[in-house]
Amino acid sequence: MTPEQALLETQAAVEMITVVIDGFEVTVPKGTLVIRAAEKLGIQIPRFCDHPLLEPAGACRQCLVDIEINGRAFPKPQASCTIPVENNMIVKTQLTSPVAEKAQAGIMEFLLINHPLDCPVCDKGGECPLQNQAMSAGRPESRFEGVKRTFEKPVSISSQVLLDRERCVLCARCTRFSEQIAGDPFITLIERGALQQVGIYEEDPFESYYSGNTVQICPVGALTGASYRFRARPFDLVSVDSACEHCASGCAMRTDIRRGKTLRRLAGDDSSVNEEWNCDKGRWAFKYLTSRERVASPMIRGEDGELHEASWPEAIAFAAAGLKGKRAGVLVGGRATVEDAYGYSKFARVALGTNDIDFRSRPHSDEESSFLSSVVLGLKTTYKDIDKADQVVLLGFEPEEESPIVFLRIYKQLRKRALAVISDAPVASRGSVKLKAQLVSDISSISGLTSKSVILVGERLGEKVGALSAAVDLAEKSGAKLAWIPRRAGERGAIASGAIATLLPGGRPVSQASARVDVAAAWAVDSLPANPGRSTSEILHALIVNNLDAVVIGGVDPLDISNTALSQLLNSFVVSLEITHSAVTAVADVVLPVAAVIEKSGSFQDWQGSARTFEKAIADSLSRSDVRILSMIADEMGTPINLPTVAATAREIAALGNWDGAAISFEKTSTVKTLATEEKMNLTSWRLLLDLGTLQDGETNLAGTARKATARISKTKAEKLGVNEGELISISSDLGSLKLPVEISEMSDNEIWVPRNSIDSQVIANLGFVNGQVTVVKA
Amino acid sequence: MSKLTPVLSANWDDKDSFTIEGYKRAGGYQAVTKALAMEPDAVITMIKDSGLRGRGGAGFPTGSKWGFIPQGDNKEHYLVVNADESEPGTCKDTPLLLANPHVLIEGIIIGSYAIRANHAFIYLRGEIVHVYRRVQQAIEDAYKAGLLGKNIGGKGFDLELTLHAGAGAYICGEETALLDSLEGFRGQPRLRPPFPAIAGLYAKPTVVNNVESIASVPAIIKNGVEWFQTMGTEKSKGFTLYSLSGHVNNPGQFEAPLGITLREILELAGGVRTGHKLKFWTPGGSSTPMFTDEHLDIPLDYEGVSAAGSMLGTKALQIFDETTCVVRATLRWCEFYKHESCGKCTPCREGTWWLVQMLQDLEDGKGTEADLTKLLDLCDNIAGRSFCALADGAVAPIISSLKYFRDEYLEHQRNGGCPFDPVASTLFKTVGA
Amino acid sequence: MNFTPDQLKIMDSIIARYPRSRSAVMPLLHYVQALDGYVTPRGIEKIAELLDISTAEVTAVSSFYTQYRTEPAGEYHVGVCINTLCAVMGGDAIYDSLETHLGIKNHETTADGKVSIERIECNAACDYAPVVMVNWEFYDNQTPQSVKDLVDSARAGNPTPPTRGPKTLRTWKQNSEVLAGLNDGLANEGVSAGEATLLGLKIAKGGK
Repeated sequence: MTPEQALLETQAAVEMITVVIDGFEVTVPKGTLVIRAAEKLGIQIPRFCDHPLLEPAGACRQCLVDIEINGRAFPKPQASCTIPVENNMIVKTQLTSPVAEKAQAGIMEFLLINHPLDCPVCDKGGECPLQNQAMSAGRPESRFEGVKRTFEKPVSISSQVLLDRERCVLCARCTRFSEQIAGDPFITLIERGALQQVGIYEEDPFESYYSGNTVQICPVGALTGASYRFRARPFDLVSVDSACEHCASGCAMRTDIRRGKTLRRLAGDDSSVNEEWNCDKGRWAFKYLTSRERVASPMIRGEDGELHEASWPEAIAFAAAGLKGKRAGVLVGGRATVEDAYGYSKFARVALGTNDIDFRSRPHSDEESSFLSSVVLGLKTTYKDIDKADQVVLLGFEPEEESPIVFLRIYKQLRKRALAVISDAPVASRGSVKLKAQLVSDISSISGLTSKSVILVGERLGEKVGALSAAVDLAEKSGAKLAWIPRRAGERGAIASGAIATLLPGGRPVSQASARVDVAAAWAVDSLPANPGRSTSEILHALIVNNLDAVVIGGVDPLDISNTALSQLLNSFVVSLEITHSAVTAVADVVLPVAAVIEKSGSFQDWQGSARTFEKAIADSLSRSDVRILSMIADEMGTPINLPTVAATAREIAALGNWDGAAISFEKTSTVKTLATEEKMNLTSWRLLLDLGTLQDGETNLAGTARKATARISKTKAEKLGVNEGELISISSDLGSLKLPVEISEMSDNEIWVPRNSIDSQVIANLGFVNGQVTVVKA
Repeated sequence: MSKLTPVLSANWDDKDSFTIEGYKRAGGYQAVTKALAMEPDAVITMIKDSGLRGRGGAGFPTGSKWGFIPQGDNKEHYLVVNADESEPGTCKDTPLLLANPHVLIEGIIIGSYAIRANHAFIYLRGEIVHVYRRVQQAIEDAYKAGLLGKNIGGKGFDLELTLHAGAGAYICGEETALLDSLEGFRGQPRLRPPFPAIAGLYAKPTVVNNVESIASVPAIIKNGVEWFQTMGTEKSKGFTLYSLSGHVNNPGQFEAPLGITLREILELAGGVRTGHKLKFWTPGGSSTPMFTDEHLDIPLDYEGVSAAGSMLGTKALQIFDETTCVVRATLRWCEFYKHESCGKCTPCREGTWWLVQMLQDLEDGKGTEADLTKLLDLCDNIAGRSFCALADGAVAPIISSLKYFRDEYLEHQRNGGCPFDPVASTLFKTVGA
Repeated sequence: MNFTPDQLKIMDSIIARYPRSRSAVMPLLHYVQALDGYVTPRGIEKIAELLDISTAEVTAVSSFYTQYRTEPAGEYHVGVCINTLCAVMGGDAIYDSLETHLGIKNHETTADGKVSIERIECNAACDYAPVVMVNWEFYDNQTPQSVKDLVDSARAGNPTPPTRGPKTLRTWKQNSEVLAGLNDGLANEGVSAGEATLLGLKIAKGGK
């Protein structure tokens, strides 16, 4: 099919309809609502309950207009948010119809009679649709002389959302969002008539991972966020478009800053990614930056063993001296921007002359290394493929916990057309329950996939020997589309930037001489190291057995890797690039402060491989991006990498482009069955969206809505152990143990699941691994 | 010969009229045999031809409603009976079901057969527990008699019938609110389209009919279209139940051809309370604009009442004599609509809140003439602006009472309060209030 | 306190009446009232669990309908119709005298737990006005005195029987069970129709 034919086909598929609104013709696709057809003409019909992403309600009646079709007028004004356009339709809005104008003014008056006059202390004041529309369409003086409806105000419906029922106009946006978009109908309309109100069941708070969206779409100040309440006036804030640093979903964001401080973050609009939503972590977890002590200036460890403040030149010189001529590796956290990761990649190859670089501060394997360097950059699966999928397979991946916007997209299709979902999880998470996922124990048992199916592989699949290979086999055999969805925002970009031993930037295999020559030429160096590099665990191991002398480490929490990682750093020269003081800065020889996301520009690559660029939110920040600091160290070492700014780095990345040669082939590994013995159980874990992750530090309102840690086991197992629901069990490995209340679930008798990094359940610290064999007894 | 035509009520005076034996003895369950021998479409045609119109208030032709159900669509179809009788003044379905639940069941079997439904529901208001007992027992007995369940009458027609109790919500009389309620949601009206005939109960094609409409079906099938058309007026065919209540000497149910007048009914009922005279009345429940003694000779059919500026509604004739304060009556009706507003849409929810306060002030003598203008303006901002017709019903008594009794509103202000003695309007002023 | 296996069996049978389980929420709420006298937290939680909906969704339904109570009803729940027609014809006077007589207000229950009162809207018996309902049974053509006598008889444990209903007045919980669809076998008790219901028929037969 030629592009022209394709275009014709699309046009034929969508019937276009022409209507006249206030005397102007507009042509829109069939099914378009009158209110939106009017928007196309720039005619704003006032509204409250209408929201383009929610099913029409027709509840507030603010958008009444006069309509006639084929010369026949509706006897009364119609809600333009519920009526789709039709041929020969003539619409008269408040601009041309006195009836519509009076109808709207009447509704506005009704909405205001019971609305409190507390705009001066309302968070929404200044950005309130009710306030704005009351100004434009309301009466200057109220005709209402009666008694207003009063409620206790505000009430907490979760630790992070407050409800002021007096302000509520009962548009049901929040309740429709919770039910239709998030699948969390924990807030509903309760009571009836004039007493109708938004509410929860008293014992069950509004603990949805997406609750913040209701605050954002509330057209009045009825729902407010506890953390932002009374903090700012909208007109005092400077808004900057940004990207979310929390996960690989890739949400567009808006960051609102006042005098160098983030006051709030909101979901940005991007119809191809997050539509208009985000998760509560993305919205509310931004205090990590201020919750711990910020590294204020460069620091050098003195003879006394303590860190001392130093000037930039001193610190750079100290770092350079410690690295120059040494055998050194590089550990980049998975949250680096594309530009910073590129800086680390180039620094390793050019300044340190090594391929010992890895971005994986988490459990990893050789199989995964091979998968990441051969398969991932070639994956082209996108959100659109989920929209069109006939089946979605989740492997080592819990979308609601690990990439919440991916969850929303799947859920949307589930509601729309009962999309089938399959998961290899040993037990159904709440997300799986909502997606009605069919659980399978074995990837090889999945059948019936087609080229329209989508296989979403999470980073955890690499923890199971042979599983990534099985997933690739499944995709190859069925023709299904494959995607790899890591948990952290920087991981895909880190691979593309070559922050991994096997790849140079642009997906160029280190093993290919031509690739090395290519990059060496672009970087104006004679040659690049050809020796195979080490992975994160190999670098750490090399540090203790003295095969490496030094390490450059940025944005890594050692406890994400293993419970021994930190101690492995102790006897080497450690250069730490960090935002706040941490376990690593505590053992580093030199600490170099770097900029946080809001203080710098840059980009992430979301799981689709799309760039999510963002600008500095704090324009006058003095903090520097990692790449700039690395460039200074390299200069000092006499091996410049010439990346003085983020912008220069981005230009260089663009100029270098992507590898057009053959990719490395994926070395598959066969599956190893681990059989539990009679006494031991197989423990599986994953992180919950809200847990002890460091980027959630300092946000207690958000933390209050985290799901409580439980150990999930089967009913039979619970009976065997002699425990009831909610009673404690002790779970132990050779390295340690933890105690959790039991949650009886449908699962195999020898399987146990616990959260990976929640209160009372930090499995790397407590058990020494993330999945493995444990002994379980009644505590 | 009176003009009365007892058909539905013909056997109500039998002591066992509500039992299956009693109903059969009175000729019950003969129509179903006849209908099951017909093609379903022929049944629909017959009901269409009869001219039977919905007895629940709107008067939509019952046969046409049945005809809207798409056939051959491989979907389940449902028949839902609206037995949520709650409109103030309306009291016809309740005594009908108490006295003869089987006539409804027979109508349901015929209607379900016609629209090819294999599951029907009766949504019965919850506050009438003895009626629930009677209907439930009737259903159980009909199952035992092979009139419900599998292969009814050996004709290969299957029908399940479920009785569902409401729980106190007038709005569930609105058919889409009823469907939401039956599905286990709050009884709030749905957007239309889609109409129930296309996507009703569980999003499947559904007919929602009033009790009296369905109960009228067996007689039509049994006695024929011509017989039915001998009763009533040109566009309002057949017999119906008129419920007379209030300040009359003998209130009660009067089954008569459509088109009878209030004057005729009052004559049968021994007139307005002795010593008093008619002041105002509703032709079909509180949401139909009120009439006065000028309207005694209006034919009580769909067209006649409509031409006089009101609606036939449920034929609930509530009679108020001159002892009744029309402001008080209107206030109380408005309080009812405020209480029953589902809360979904702004004009109804907020408007009734406001109207009640204004009417209370007027009743207390605190209202002014300017308030009457404001009151009418508010009614104008509510009527036709709300999601469903409940709010239209709420303003109907206000607008109509102001039309006929404007000065009585002002008299309250002049008098510094209500000029009526509430005891005078009670039935027991001499037996101790 | 947990529901007994027998009670859970009944709940399952209620759910089985409907093509889709969620439809059972209303009869289940009536059933919870039959067991607990009102909509209790344990009832809400059990219904949510059985129907696989959230507790907030159950609350949304239970709080919409006026028959579902958030506090225990008396053993005899007296509803006085105060809608226009009944009010004018004596309902207001009946209600006022009842409040005074019992010393309680709308929605309250007497200290002995026997009688609760409620102002109710039209109960579809206007031809028997003024109407009072006790546990949703008809008490036709009432007066202030007849209602005082009625509640006194109820508190004495020997309630006046309904005008059109079973021979003996059943309790609030027992009648809630009927509304949940559990047949108490009393359908055949009581008259087929009251006098007003039969008026037109009588006149027609009298050939007037």
